[in-house]
Amino acid sequence: MDSTRIVLKGRAIPLRGNDIDTDRIIPARFLKTVTFDGLGDHAFEDDKLGLKAEGKTHAFEDPRFAEATVLIVNKNFGCGSSREHAPQAIVRWGKGINIILGESFAEIFYGTGQTLGVPCPQITSDVAEKLMSAVETDPSAEVTVDLEKRAVSVAGQTYALSIPDGPRKSFLEGSWDSTGELLSARDAIRATAARLPYVNGYAG
Amino acid sequence: MGKTLYEKVFERHAVRQLPSGQYQLFMGLHLIHEVTSPQAFSMLEDRKLTVMFPERTFATVDHIIPTTSQLRPYKDDLSEQMMVELEKNTKKHGVRFFAPDKAEQGIVHVIGPERGLTQPGMTICCGDSHTSTHGAFGALAFGIGTSQVRDVLATQTLTMDRLKVRRIEVNGKLGPGVYAKDVILYIIQKLGVQGGVGFAYEYAGDTFDAMTMDERMTVCNMSIEGGARCGYVQPDQTTYDFLKGREYAPKAENWERAVADWNSLRSDADAVYDDVVKFDAAQIEPVVTWGITPSQSTGVSSTIPTLDQFSADEKGSIEEAYQYMSFSPGQAIQGTKIDVAFIGSCTNGRISDLAEVVRLLDGKNLKVKEGVRAFVVPGSHEVKRQALALGYDKVFTDAGFEFREPGCSMCLAMNPDKLKGRELSASTSNRNFKGRQGSPQGRTLLMSPAMVAAAAIRGEIADSREVFDQH
Ligand code: SF4
Repeated sequence: MDSTRIVLKGRAIPLRGNDIDTDRIIPARFLKTVTFDGLGDHAFEDDKLGLKAEGKTHAFEDPRFAEATVLIVNKNFGCGSSREHAPQAIVRWGKGINIILGESFAEIFYGTGQTLGVPCPQITSDVAEKLMSAVETDPSAEVTVDLEKRAVSVAGQTYALSIPDGPRKSFLEGSWDSTGELLSARDAIRATAARLPYVNGYAG
Repeated sequence: MGKTLYEKVFERHAVRQLPSGQYQLFMGLHLIHEVTSPQAFSMLEDRKLTVMFPERTFATVDHIIPTTSQLRPYKDDLSEQMMVELEKNTKKHGVRFFAPDKAEQGIVHVIGPERGLTQPGMTICCGDSHTSTHGAFGALAFGIGTSQVRDVLATQTLTMDRLKVRRIEVNGKLGPGVYAKDVILYIIQKLGVQGGVGFAYEYAGDTFDAMTMDERMTVCNMSIEGGARCGYVQPDQTTYDFLKGREYAPKAENWERAVADWNSLRSDADAVYDDVVKFDAAQIEPVVTWGITPSQSTGVSSTIPTLDQFSADEKGSIEEAYQYMSFSPGQAIQGTKIDVAFIGSCTNGRISDLAEVVRLLDGKNLKVKEGVRAFVVPGSHEVKRQALALGYDKVFTDAGFEFREPGCSMCLAMNPDKLKGRELSASTSNRNFKGRQGSPQGRTLLMSPAMVAAAAIRGEIADSREVFDQH
């Protein structure tokens, strides 16, 4: 499988709201599992139920967005618990979300996204609003995210996005799967450990 | 130019700079539990990898464990399955497991410090966001996702960005009835739940200097609730007194050398910070959260803030919070009826937390209000043992609290302890997110153990200083 993430295209799903925590993305009762299988169906389960009770529909249940592979969010997305079940539920939902654009992300969520090969570029509030409105108006609109050019476009309009050099490089080169790269420094790892006072018995 | 503790510890653990510009960082201590580790072991095995430093990973079970009886098999099949998986994985890979049947188990962030595993100057990680707790010892400690747990198992290292450092200085003496929990809730209220993103928090000033290790842990525990992945307090004599003699602490001649090393890691007087904020301890009163994020809080004598007190940007989540909690702006927080009172969690489930509540209750013939379910869940078997030896269980049960077996319990309700329907809980835990305590409509108000005890007795949110005559 090609692991590079350079240009990603697809329909998008807008999810409005700041501070959407990982307890909301996947409630704790679904963490009782030893795999990540099947989590996609339970993404935002309680938020879906809550809205349903009010006669409303959550974006993740809205048939208009069922084909989406791009998720658009607001601020501090994925805050709270470190549970990887949250991004795993999102990537396993529907056709599989493979990129998340947002005004900002909680750090652990962001880091886990990188480890899973799911870029989380940042956009301004203004761009978030424009993208969300565009896909709400036309859910079939294709959103194109170009990490190389740091740009996102929809309905003929192109906007800037930001992504730090480090993660961007790992996506462009396909080197985001960290284990292999970390392991390649085996000797340096052992050497670093041997220098640590609490490993070498405070030998100085 | 001087350096901060963060920089010194980070540099010491940097294996190399990666081609991406990020760093590969060695992890001195890796803690695991049953919820976020099984998939990591599966991934490891899928890739035919082994654990590189099994002696640097320690395991326990905390999230799913029932607190009524720890007898096996657990009634809940899925919980039992997770436990079996953890036993199998730790055995197979030679990882030390603090097991319930040996009465060694506890919340992962309680047993690390308790065993002396958590030490100054270490890098510490765990598939759990409240790993920030261990920063109380002057360690860099942070939560990670499961794929990163796999990386740590395989390589004992992680891909990390360098964080900025914000020094949060609090000076002055806390008033009677004001605790470490109030200090951290106050800081989060002032800096917001996103304020710490991209930062490590360095807690400094004489208020933190005067705190016990347990109190410092309460503060560091909630760093993540302010968006900061890690937070730390400089190691000092209080730290060393706590550590000395513990199972995994340095011994004999190593002890003096360790202390010298730890002292050298303290932030230099001329260290440069990316940001500095200062607060006055005298301004802090008991804090209660009223909303659905830990920053939505108010002083106990105050009222629920009105919408005009927030920026345009925050208004949406504030309105969502009023609605979810069924609170009106301007309403007094005192007098809010509660259904459940919970004392426990990695924030406030240590022996000193229980001791303080016992001190407040003892000899006053106070009883939990009828209709309120109140329970105390010790953070570990060790905490429970100490509590029993001191007769605390009796004080609690006499007052009408249930005294349970150790675990995470109602902090996130993955075990049988849950809110029902719209129930409202006064809780010493760290998250008041929607549905956090097990009912999708359940409501949580976070506060100190003394405030939870006061609420349990009155059946409503009350000022603990008045209930217990703390002056
Ligand atoms: S007590 Fe709560 S916050 Fe702490 S580790 Fe357990 S579930 Fe997480």
